[in-house]
Amino acid sequence: MSRLSVRKTYKLYIGGAFPRSESGRSYPVTSPKGEFLANASRASRKDARDAVVAARKAFPGWSGATPYNRGQILYRVAEMLEGRRAQFAEELAQSGQGGKKAALEAVDATVDRLVWYAGWSDKIASVHGAANPVAGPYFNLSSPEPTGVVAIVAPADPLLGLVSVVAPVIVTGNTCVVVASEPSPLAAITLAEVLATSDLPGGVVNVLTGRQAELAPWLAAHMDVNGLDLTGVADADLALQCEQAAAENLKRVLRPVQEDWTADPGIGRMTRFLETKTVWHPVGI
Amino acid sequence: MEDTALVGDAVMVSTMTTSLADVAASGATLRAFLHGLPGVDRVGADQRAATLGTRSIKTTAKAKAIDLAISMVDLTTLEGADTAGKVRAMCTKAVRPGGDAPKVAAVCVYPDLVAVAAEAVRGSGVKVASVATAFPSGRSSLEVKVSDTALAVAAGADEIDMVIDRGAFLSGDYLKVFEEIVAVKAACGDAHLKVILETGELATYDNVRRASWLAMLAGADFIKTSTGKVSPAATLPVTLIMLEAVRDFRDATGRQVGVKPAGGIRTTKDAIKHLVLVNETAGDDWLTPEWFRLGASSLLNDLLMQRQKLATGRYAGPDYFTLD
Repeated sequence: MSRLSVRKTYKLYIGGAFPRSESGRSYPVTSPKGEFLANASRASRKDARDAVVAARKAFPGWSGATPYNRGQILYRVAEMLEGRRAQFAEELAQSGQGGKKAALEAVDATVDRLVWYAGWSDKIASVHGAANPVAGPYFNLSSPEPTGVVAIVAPADPLLGLVSVVAPVIVTGNTCVVVASEPSPLAAITLAEVLATSDLPGGVVNVLTGRQAELAPWLAAHMDVNGLDLTGVADADLALQCEQAAAENLKRVLRPVQEDWTADPGIGRMTRFLETKTVWHPVGI
Repeated sequence: MEDTALVGDAVMVSTMTTSLADVAASGATLRAFLHGLPGVDRVGADQRAATLGTRSIKTTAKAKAIDLAISMVDLTTLEGADTAGKVRAMCTKAVRPGGDAPKVAAVCVYPDLVAVAAEAVRGSGVKVASVATAFPSGRSSLEVKVSDTALAVAAGADEIDMVIDRGAFLSGDYLKVFEEIVAVKAACGDAHLKVILETGELATYDNVRRASWLAMLAGADFIKTSTGKVSPAATLPVTLIMLEAVRDFRDATGRQVGVKPAGGIRTTKDAIKHLVLVNETAGDDWLTPEWFRLGASSLLNDLLMQRQKLATGRYAGPDYFTLD
């Protein structure tokens, strides 16, 4: 007797839970050849608002955790992802991201990327901070601090691209709201399952699926969002509109760029969402 | 469901009106009256409140509701760590909440800070309310409660928020509760008296209805749900029952009594749900700051943020509003 297959419902990931869109909407996700894969939630602006609330709530705890602890949790995410290697490879292959072999390589590269960023958690302050020489009896120390809640529009590359924009934001202590790639959002939700089981506190990463043009402007204009990563915005007009909206509360903005995700990432994505705090401390007291 | 409840209440009221004046003649008559009130259908009340809570209020109606809610707020600080500076800052915010938002109804403080608050809001039309009578537990002698009230009134309080003796109420000593309210009311003079039922400690909805009637019979100008120190505080079903009580009381006696839910109302959505409840239960006679108040501290910022969202079209952030 053949058994009925149990299909997964792809939902959103907000505050550590997997709710459906408040609007009740969904949209069909297809492979590049046009085969139906699944229905994904089509998030509304209110889901985006809820996600920002969740990210803000998670910020004090996550930014207050020791860098060592954050690094350990990112390693843990990498471990969990490694354990689900086959599942991710199959999902990527199904959604038309090359053959089985290319998909496996992409998953491996993603795990490596996580491990690479995890290692930076307790080193970025040494590299990006400084003990400044000043003309007076003071210690003058600059240290990088997380900027707050960062809204990310993820690039089209569904797994490696996604992790390559999320990991640098959260490793330094920011929390984020990610709008997953519009045509291929399924890997993002499967990744959310990994995050949910990796000791990553709920709300540090929130994943929305749906229309980029519908969600990005609301996040860009939101006064409780401190940073905006527009990497995945292909439409130049939308990017301009978002940048203009982001100026209202002086968000840190990362403009859309074409990136080769397999190349060495460098520390630019981490430092973009860091603020420098400088402290003067009298010597000899 | 609601219709049958209405009929029940109407019947009850018609049979009671004649004797309403002397129900407090003795403990026995008071007890007979309060226990003669119709029981509350718990499931029905919960469901009715939940249904009204789903009402969708948008755009211009929402803008109106937000401004009305702001004008009904009793901006409250009741912490052991309150200082004169903190109270002055809160009063400044009460008078000018921000932008062109209306001023709030009142500020609510402990008796020893009433003078500071009265000075800070003088001439603005914002009232000064003070909790009194050994707030929040109410565990003290009647002399202490009365002098606590007199202290607050002498310092310039326009409104007194007293707590009932829940211990006496729960053990059935209704006359003691009644007499305490009467004594505190006498000590209030011209000040309005709000009676806090502390519904979170009353255990049943029937008790909430009884305590509401008891307070109104004893001369309360307002009945208030909670101190804010006990959880659950103001829930929608409890407010619904109290609104039904003030409606029925006015039908029976012609005297209008106000309602103030307090504690646990933190979001604009909560506030608007309460306004819907007032409109649908007691009617729009109660939909003014004179007859309905919202006791809250963090609610005001959320109302202001929603107000700004409606005005600018972008979601507001708490970084741009004062800390409570």
